[in-house]
Amino acid sequence: MSDPDNIIVGLEIGTSKVCAVVGDIGGEGALNIVGLGQARSGGVRKGEIVDASLAEEAVRQAIVEAEQMADVEIRSVYLGVTGGHLRGFNNRGVHPIVSADREITEQDVKDVIKNAKAINLPAQNHVVCAIRQHFTVDDQSGITNPVGMLGARVEVDVHVVHGNLNRLQNAIRTVKGLQVEVEDIVFNGLASALALLSNEQKELGSLIIDIGGGTTEYVVYANGIIKHTGVLAVGGDHVSNDLAYGLKLRLSRAEQVKIEHGASLLEDSARGLTVTLNTELATPSKTLNLEHLRMIMSVRLEEIFQLILQDLEQADALKYVRAGVFLCGGCARTPLLAQLAERVFQVPVSIGKTNSISGLKSALDQPEFATAIGLVKFGSFQQRRRSARASIKQGLKDTFGQFFKRG
Amino acid sequence: MNETPPLPPPGATAPGLKIRIFGIGNAGLNVLAQLSGAEIPLDVFTAVDVDGESLNRATAPERIQLGTGPFKGMGTGGDPERGRALVEDQVERARALCHGQDVVFLVAGLGGGVGSGVTPILARAAKESGALVLCFVFSPFLCEGTRRQRFARESLAELKGIADGVVCLPNQHVFKLIDNRTTLLDTFRLTNGLLADALRGVWRLLMHKGLIEIHFADLAAVLRESQSECCFAVAEATGANRVETVLRNLFTHPILVESDSAGEAATALISLIAGPDLTMAEVNRVMSEVSGRYSSAQIIMGAAIGDDFKDRLSVTLLVSHKTESGEVENPTPVPESGKAPALSTVPRISQDFFPSNPALTPDRLTFVRGQDRPQPRAGQSTTKLRQAQLSLDIVSKGRFEKSEPTLHKGEDLDVPTYVRRGLAFN
Repeated sequence: MSDPDNIIVGLEIGTSKVCAVVGDIGGEGALNIVGLGQARSGGVRKGEIVDASLAEEAVRQAIVEAEQMADVEIRSVYLGVTGGHLRGFNNRGVHPIVSADREITEQDVKDVIKNAKAINLPAQNHVVCAIRQHFTVDDQSGITNPVGMLGARVEVDVHVVHGNLNRLQNAIRTVKGLQVEVEDIVFNGLASALALLSNEQKELGSLIIDIGGGTTEYVVYANGIIKHTGVLAVGGDHVSNDLAYGLKLRLSRAEQVKIEHGASLLEDSARGLTVTLNTELATPSKTLNLEHLRMIMSVRLEEIFQLILQDLEQADALKYVRAGVFLCGGCARTPLLAQLAERVFQVPVSIGKTNSISGLKSALDQPEFATAIGLVKFGSFQQRRRSARASIKQGLKDTFGQFFKRG
Repeated sequence: MNETPPLPPPGATAPGLKIRIFGIGNAGLNVLAQLSGAEIPLDVFTAVDVDGESLNRATAPERIQLGTGPFKGMGTGGDPERGRALVEDQVERARALCHGQDVVFLVAGLGGGVGSGVTPILARAAKESGALVLCFVFSPFLCEGTRRQRFARESLAELKGIADGVVCLPNQHVFKLIDNRTTLLDTFRLTNGLLADALRGVWRLLMHKGLIEIHFADLAAVLRESQSECCFAVAEATGANRVETVLRNLFTHPILVESDSAGEAATALISLIAGPDLTMAEVNRVMSEVSGRYSSAQIIMGAAIGDDFKDRLSVTLLVSHKTESGEVENPTPVPESGKAPALSTVPRISQDFFPSNPALTPDRLTFVRGQDRPQPRAGQSTTKLRQAQLSLDIVSKGRFEKSEPTLHKGEDLDVPTYVRRGLAFN
């Protein structure tokens, strides 16, 4: 059907589901989503694989489903990674301009980026991605592309996400075990941000919170660049677990109760209400206090936001969040979550929409697919960049040139 | 040294507070040796040991030699029971030394006969004479064997019950600070130095006239409630970047790193001492860092200007933890000493004496020493009956039971939030 070179697949191995999204770059370079496969995840806890064979089975199902739907053969994927071991920080590289005319060349830019990436990491850690922020030429900051400018010294800030190599390898090996190549690994939070944010929102300053099953990722974008990233190994699983513990239910039952009756806030109207659970035979089996249920959920979800807020305050990144907070991930479906987040962050909060992509729109505009769609988007930038590099080296100025292959 | 008449209150150092420092056993004496010199005047030191040789070498003016009289020259053989027996006839003297003191520091290495056996007895004696008692102790290296570990653990638990505060430096932690080539001598010098620093930090905190004063009552408040383990860090730096350096050293301090779970801290007491060049921005920087880290704790701060601290900044951080299990851990019942007005700021009325340990006749002593059984403790009858409480730490983590815990500032996020916050269902 389509040219295999134009097929880009994003694969997210999540704690609750595995999701593969197939994108097709059309003739004009427009990205179109043509397939989607998902499977219930197994052997994944807190975003990391704990049982490789179970996880492999789930990945296989998702990929097969996506292949059937898109009618393509999937050879390689862009893999999303997450986990509590990932850390993000900003680093700065410096490079003096030595040429006689003081003009900054492509080579100088490459050198300064190389310097910025020379980070002192623990031996077992690996850089997941290093994202270029702004250049500074002789103390003039905020320069997006210094090539052709004059100066004595060029500096660049990069945001580096790194994690434990062995734990990253677990996910990669699982995919490779299915004879599928991994083109690149991408931090899940970054992918979600790519899927949800328009350029304007990136400029103005936004916070994306992706609350998944086992982990919560958050990314702060401002002035068009990434300011801060973070991962909390807490997610929807914890909400279900709290309910199971507090209401004395089986885990699967707790999950079901969460979806059917859960909400992020304890409204006054819920006080004193009860919920009757039915058995399979539709006979009442147990009565739960709705107030308790809501309270358990709201303190947990509020805590997640509070922890993020604290981290942002500590990193001095909170002031950048002006356009608002965007929520995604499966937990974003919890009713009233945006109101809860609004109380904590004191800025407008909305559920993120994957507007900037065409294709299976109604099916895809769900908060839990944001990461996988973002992965496809990331892949399309890489592809575009690669083909651009193949033809003419310059002209690499689209906004997304800021992503470069990790070293 | 033999019996000397009860001492006059030693010409203590600073206005108001009277402090006495006991170094107990070999380790204690070594720490005293490192402490003496600058800042702390010699006459507050008291050396306690069974070994006459090392006592003679000690710089302390007051020396208590154990094993006088009929047991002269007999060691403890590493047995705390013998240590206890040997100190019995010196308790009165120790009490006389502690009389009228506001604070008594005890420095010892637990695990040996003298350290483990004598320290709790002296702590009790000091407590009974109405002083605030702080213990600075080592626990032994793991390689020193399980017997010494056990003695150390037992006497640590006992100390926690008696003293107002216990700062314990597990020697094992020092392995992080040394490499393969560090000699034994250097290692001991390092551990002694760490404990000496901690003690000196508290000393400064009490003795320097503060701009923002930490009152003696504040320290007492931090310690009195807890009767538990405190952890502790002291850092000092000079130069332009001193605040950053101090903060880094403070939070990477081996005692703090190992025993600190910031989320559970009940009280954090922080004291800055610097020269007259201390700026408000520096105070603010340190304080915001500390209060950010110990967000759930009650924070008490103090700042003082020391003229001899030109260009230097020294920060002392003392964190006490909530220990609900503290009393359960404590095997020996302790007289209800918490209610003593001893720690208040009002002049102390030492009416709150407890029945002293019964005087042992030499016959009785021989009997006790012959048996390797715990000596019946005095004061046992004064303990109140307490309603037992079931511990609640059987919170199941459900599906996260087997996965790596998600820790955030010492809190385990896998435990349901409402349980950690103690929310009750109506």
